[in-house]
Amino acid sequence: MDILLQEVGYSYAKDTPFEKRALTDVSLHIPSGSYTAIIGHTGSGKSTVLQHLNALLKPTEGSVMIGGRKIEAGVKAKNLRDVRRQVGIVFQFPEQQLFDETVLKDIMFGPLNYGVSEEEASRRAHELVEQLGLPPEVLTKSPFDLSGGQMRRVAIAGVLAMEPDVLVLDEPTAGLDPRGRREIMDLFHRLHIEKGLTTVLVTHSMEDAARYADNVAIMHNGRCVVTGEPVEIFSNEEQLRDYRLEPPRTIRLQQKLEDKMGIKLDSISLTEEALAKNIALALSEGRDSE
Amino acid sequence: MNSIIMSFENVTFTYMQEDESVKPAVNDLSFSIQDGEWIALVGHNGSGKSTIAKLMNGLLFPQTGKVEAMGKLMSEESLWDIRSQMGMVFQNPDNQFVGATVQDDVAFALENNGVPHEEMVVRVKEALQQVKMADYLDHEPHHLSGGQKQRVAIAGALALRPRLLILDEATSMLDPQGRMEVIETIRELRKATGLTVISITHDLEEAALADRILVMNAGEKQLEGKPDAVFRSGNELTNLGLDLPFSMRMTHLLREVGIELQGEHMTEDELVDELWTFYSKK
Amino acid sequence: MMEKMIFGRFIPGNSLIHQMDPRAKISFVFVFIAIVFIANSAITYGILLGFTLLVVFLSKIRLYFLINGLKPVFILLIFTFLLHIFFTREGDLLVDIGFIKIYEEGLRQGIFISVRFLVLVFITSILTLTTSPISITDGIEVLLGPFKRVKLPVHELALMMSISLRFIPTLMDETGKILKAQMARGSDIGSGPVKDRIKAVVPLLIPLFVSAFKRAEDLATAMEVRGYRGGEGRTRYRQLNWRLIDSLSLVVLVGLAGILVYFRV
Ligand SMILES: Nc1ncnc2c1ncn2[C@@H]1O[C@H](COP(=O)(O)OP(=O)(O)OP(=O)(O)O)[C@@H](O)[C@H]1O
Ligand SMILES: Nc1ncnc2c1ncn2[C@@H]1O[C@H](COP(=O)(O)OP(=O)(O)OP(=O)(O)O)[C@@H](O)[C@H]1O
Ligand SMILES: [Mg+2]
Ligand SMILES: [Mg+2]
Repeated sequence: MDILLQEVGYSYAKDTPFEKRALTDVSLHIPSGSYTAIIGHTGSGKSTVLQHLNALLKPTEGSVMIGGRKIEAGVKAKNLRDVRRQVGIVFQFPEQQLFDETVLKDIMFGPLNYGVSEEEASRRAHELVEQLGLPPEVLTKSPFDLSGGQMRRVAIAGVLAMEPDVLVLDEPTAGLDPRGRREIMDLFHRLHIEKGLTTVLVTHSMEDAARYADNVAIMHNGRCVVTGEPVEIFSNEEQLRDYRLEPPRTIRLQQKLEDKMGIKLDSISLTEEALAKNIALALSEGRDSE
Repeated sequence: MNSIIMSFENVTFTYMQEDESVKPAVNDLSFSIQDGEWIALVGHNGSGKSTIAKLMNGLLFPQTGKVEAMGKLMSEESLWDIRSQMGMVFQNPDNQFVGATVQDDVAFALENNGVPHEEMVVRVKEALQQVKMADYLDHEPHHLSGGQKQRVAIAGALALRPRLLILDEATSMLDPQGRMEVIETIRELRKATGLTVISITHDLEEAALADRILVMNAGEKQLEGKPDAVFRSGNELTNLGLDLPFSMRMTHLLREVGIELQGEHMTEDELVDELWTFYSKK
Repeated sequence: MMEKMIFGRFIPGNSLIHQMDPRAKISFVFVFIAIVFIANSAITYGILLGFTLLVVFLSKIRLYFLINGLKPVFILLIFTFLLHIFFTREGDLLVDIGFIKIYEEGLRQGIFISVRFLVLVFITSILTLTTSPISITDGIEVLLGPFKRVKLPVHELALMMSISLRFIPTLMDETGKILKAQMARGSDIGSGPVKDRIKAVVPLLIPLFVSAFKRAEDLATAMEVRGYRGGEGRTRYRQLNWRLIDSLSLVVLVGLAGILVYFRV
């Protein structure tokens, strides 16, 4: 499903003394089936953009096209349920997302709301809990009696249970242990490929953005300043620094190595595996040329 | 100077003890922390780290064993004295805000500890500058972005000028630069004041900077030692759901593609150096 | 939707009213409440209204925000107004359309009561909007200070009041949050027929209670961990500082009372 933000502006608590502008003139196209990473420093407006993608926030200026629906500033939008079934969002803090008495009920909330049968909803919940690496006994616990990382997993399960077409993820791995981080990012990627999902990821991990995304957008002071492919974006160190970001570790290491040895590796290494291969290649070439 | 600032002796804690099927969140745990140390506490999700933090500041009391802090046994009586020397940043900053504005919130712990007004004003300003939030004095803490909340929460702990600082994934939502800045600030404070830091984290690059790492697994202490020693245990860590720092991961990957590196490299520079020798040798 | 409500919130600023001592402001509000009951005529109510608008002006809080933020209160206001209009049967008959009969006295009473209500709401709102909850606690505590001798737990009382005050916005935030979480997963509040809307509100209630208690607990925990243990030995970030304007404000109030008594019929 295509999502298109056109000159979107947003102010929190508009028309009150607490009014706070968060977005200015944001235009962003998220093509159907793409994996878009949104990066930017603290407070740059990433979470605010994300909440426009399923109309939890409505623009105070400009418009958002979600599939066939147009959400426009100043126009009342009715019946957004369909949009929200299609676009599932994992919030930045899992506590913001959980509310039901037990983990099971919480995960089943979405599917039940969209007319999935009890059995099917419960089956999904059980399956997801296992997929997300939670012990089955958590199902009967209150979601608030869990550790931070466990809450995060439940929050993700609750969204996946709705089987959305667009998956919107706001720092979904914050609070996860390294294995969980890898497994869950791989799970998202698998779903992205297998089910042809459109995925939008906000992350502070340049490594994850480089590894998974095919489309990167940089937010800075409430504006979407750059969009492009990971290779372009991450190889332009100067531009990244301008927006108070830095390249992924793989690229930084590649840079160091190239400077030290006075060679140039074949391509920009977006993943650790690619970097290892590139280095091996360069070393063996060096050997050949001797 | 080698005094012990915090120690656990055979501490066990179980949530909802009345339910037999619930396993202890912290099980027969013992360790001690020297004054001035920087400890990284790592472990898989649900391994008991946040529970340990709550036992350290007397939010929870162990069912068996004892907790000693600042040379005192943790008890209802000693609690307040201990807390006045301890700053804590929660895993979820929202759970920690009390004040209606950022500056009132940062001042809260100072008010409670009777810091005189003039000094309070200075410290609040300074702490907010340290975390780069001085422009947000009058904002409502609950209405900030994720990373801004974490910064304010850290300022609230720093302003107290504690002897012991406990950070429960306090930088998990900060951008890489912001995270480095916070770590740098804490390093400087340690140099200047001999602050003891206990940092709960899933970021192994950050853990690698600590003096000592404690690895938790299912409520028990699995490993303990200097970062390079802990990371050298390689597979054992990955089996616990953890990982190695970037340069060590790269070293392993390079071996897999047939580059016979000798060392285990904790830093990128070491790795680059060996690759360079490797390259120029042949 | 919840964020527009300003009831119980604090708007930082540095207007004359913001700078006043919380003790003066609290005393002011109580004296004002008493004075309001002196008014009994068009002139006196007019003076009250004028005075209130002057206070709002001095607080530099825009009237528009105030009106916008107090919408629920206005619904109540209109309701009482209508009640008076329709059920008072005194004075000349002004309007007579079938069963609707409006009498002069009813209109008068309706307007007077509404003005009274309005000025009270405005003045108390200005107090909470211009004073941080912590300062309100401090102010109340000092004002009730003399009662400490009769073993009244003054500090705890003041704290309870200010926490409840602080809790109103938190609770509204919390409602907004749960609403958002549920909307994101398909509940649809705020559209459709009334029956559906009521049905949609039900699943909101339990989590709301649960999270209200959880928030209260979190707040208590946070206060405890950060060293809060009652009034002894506590210092204040927001200083109490009684200045000339504070004394003046109370003098002005006495003056107002005098004027009202003079014009009273
Ligand atoms: N509920 C709110 N009320 C008022 N202002 C807000 C609110 N939430 C965020 N803001 C402000 O809007 C701006 C953008 O916030 P946003 O949460 O979108 O940032 P972000 O890019 O997600 O940052 P982070 O990486 O720290 O999560 C910030 O300056 C923030 O202070
Ligand atoms: N309030 C609570 N009530 C009941 N059980 C709890 C509560 N908080 C945590 N637990 C359980 O205790 C265990 C340890 O939790 P703890 O929060 O200490 O883990 P953690 O190491 O901090 O994990 P994470 O990395 O996910 O934050 C977990 O199995 C968790 O489910
Ligand atoms: Mg955010
Ligand atoms: Mg934890």
